[in-house]
Amino acid sequence: MEAASKIRAEEAEKGDDVLVRIEGLRKWFPILGGVLQRTVGYVYAVEDVSFDIRNAETLALVGESGSGKTTVGLMLAKLEPPTGGKILYRGRDVSRLSSRETKWYRKKVQMVFQDPYASLNPRMLIKDTIMEVMKVHRVSGRNSYDKAVELMTRVGLSEEHLYRYPHELSGGQRQRAVLARALCVEPEFIILDEPTASLDVSVQAQVLDLLKLLQDEFHYTYLLITHNLAVVRYISDRTVVMYRGMWVESSPTRKLFGGAEHPYTRALLSSVPIPEPRSNVAKQLLKGEPPNPTERVKACPFVDRCPHVMPVCGEKMPPTTRINGSHQVRCWLSVKK
Amino acid sequence: MLSKILEVEDLKVEFHTYRGVVKALNGVSFMVEKGEVFGLAGETGSGKSVTGLAIQRLLPSNAVVVGGRIMFDGRDLLNLKEEEMNKIRGKEMTAVFQDPHTYLNPVFKMQDQFRDILLVNDREIASIKDKRAIKKAVNNRIIQMLTEVQMPAPERVAKMYPHELSGGMKQRMMLAMAFSLRPKLIIADEPTTALDVTIQAQVLELMKSLQRKYDTSVILITHDLGVIAETCRRIAVMYAGRIIEMGNVDSVYAKPLHPYTQGLMRALPRADKDLKVESIGGSVPDLVELPPGCPFHPRCPHAMEVCRKTNPRTLKIDGRVVECHLYDEEITEGRVA
Repeated sequence: MEAASKIRAEEAEKGDDVLVRIEGLRKWFPILGGVLQRTVGYVYAVEDVSFDIRNAETLALVGESGSGKTTVGLMLAKLEPPTGGKILYRGRDVSRLSSRETKWYRKKVQMVFQDPYASLNPRMLIKDTIMEVMKVHRVSGRNSYDKAVELMTRVGLSEEHLYRYPHELSGGQRQRAVLARALCVEPEFIILDEPTASLDVSVQAQVLDLLKLLQDEFHYTYLLITHNLAVVRYISDRTVVMYRGMWVESSPTRKLFGGAEHPYTRALLSSVPIPEPRSNVAKQLLKGEPPNPTERVKACPFVDRCPHVMPVCGEKMPPTTRINGSHQVRCWLSVKK
Repeated sequence: MLSKILEVEDLKVEFHTYRGVVKALNGVSFMVEKGEVFGLAGETGSGKSVTGLAIQRLLPSNAVVVGGRIMFDGRDLLNLKEEEMNKIRGKEMTAVFQDPHTYLNPVFKMQDQFRDILLVNDREIASIKDKRAIKKAVNNRIIQMLTEVQMPAPERVAKMYPHELSGGMKQRMMLAMAFSLRPKLIIADEPTTALDVTIQAQVLELMKSLQRKYDTSVILITHDLGVIAETCRRIAVMYAGRIIEMGNVDSVYAKPLHPYTQGLMRALPRADKDLKVESIGGSVPDLVELPPGCPFHPRCPHAMEVCRKTNPRTLKIDGRVVECHLYDEEITEGRVA
């Protein structure tokens, strides 16, 4: 706890509201091959990602499969060490935390995964799952049972659900139980990796509303990792779009949906099927598929599929262009303007 | 002049499990016209996939068809012998499934798997006597179909193994195989659910153009109301093993009648506009112990006394089919009086 208060004091001195800052984050996974299992190549999962997450906001990290968004989440949760770049949490370099500080970090930063069934031990009651976490992190010792009951009501379940096994809960209830477990250590920052992807629409809306409600009340900071743009629009304050391990556009969510700059973001937005017949507002169909992640990105990663490609796009990496305020884009088209 | 290709009448299917009898389909009736794309929507456990499997007579061994009739192109499918059904499957009726890993054999090259389909099912090729000529005809057909689904480098892809193809390419391959025998009906069960949005848009566009070209009827099974809005002419919404609303896509989306359809539309976050999302409370009923009366009444905001007791009749309103007491004049008038 001393570490926490010290850090908070430092934070207050600096006086900005950034909770998490990511700078040039990179992750290469080695490919092992041959009899000796030597490294024969790399999967360049994350090449260059930078963004800030401010206190009590929801930042959405959007991209298609293989874009590296989940890997960014894993590095933030300290489950994968970065190959390069920095993660600063309250101004502290996360990769240089002492073991004591790491424990503090793991308490403050929680992660919720896509499949709630896979993240719950099938042989443990929900009660034991939650109380085990509280025991490990030494929160609320003797009152831990009361706390568990309170958490269950907070996520819209009841005391009775504590005495169930994961298979006795429905998908939505399981995701709520996972959330209760994440909240039991009083975290500040919650990484939500496709939290509603495994749920039906009628239940998805319940969970999204619960997330909003909890944030309003307890000021949690969320990183929402998802491919579902409708969910992004509904719940997030700012959005970072990733493509092939790089961030390509970063903007307040409202601005992004109104005026995306990057051709990839625009194509992505127009590809989402709209539940309104004949709403087909001239779909921009993208050709081709994302590039091979085992080759390094030297120029703009979107060059093969971009409808507005120019000679410079295949030669050099586009620089960051500020459109206005915090709307930033990495595209040669925006540079020219 | 439109004609029916498929007519399903009062189909009832039960699964015998250790928990008891699961009433998966409780009287499903609909028909599919020649050359139309018919959308079958519903959440997990609503019976949409079971309907698709029952039509192909591919239900698992613990499933029993307890009632109903399936007429396909003038034949009663449920009374056909297995050999006769085998002649229909693949040639006249084919399937496209969600997960490409499960239907492509990982140890054979694409061209070998494709060749088997053509050799067994294609009449034209079966009529050729000369072995060399067969080989040539098969290869030509494979390349022709792969070109038709806009596969990049068809000759090269034909020699690849399934794991060398991306998700989008596998789904294109599946469409090539499905359309290669010019079937009358294709049952596509969540064909794009595993794909990214930009690839999904490509595959749906391709499916629509092939379907129009060959005048094929398609049953598109999906949970995604956006996908149906953009591809189908008519939609049937399923809940707890029944079709609770069915009609033209335009009218159903503009003015859903059934409270469940209304709830679904409101629960859907939108990528194209800011909308308040309202979830449907509760969760889908247990198909082992269906509630008496209308299966939706425990979640229905308009539930009346009669809903708890009797099952609603199938009503026809303005060319739409709806199963809800709210629209049953006999009941509403009685209630008012």
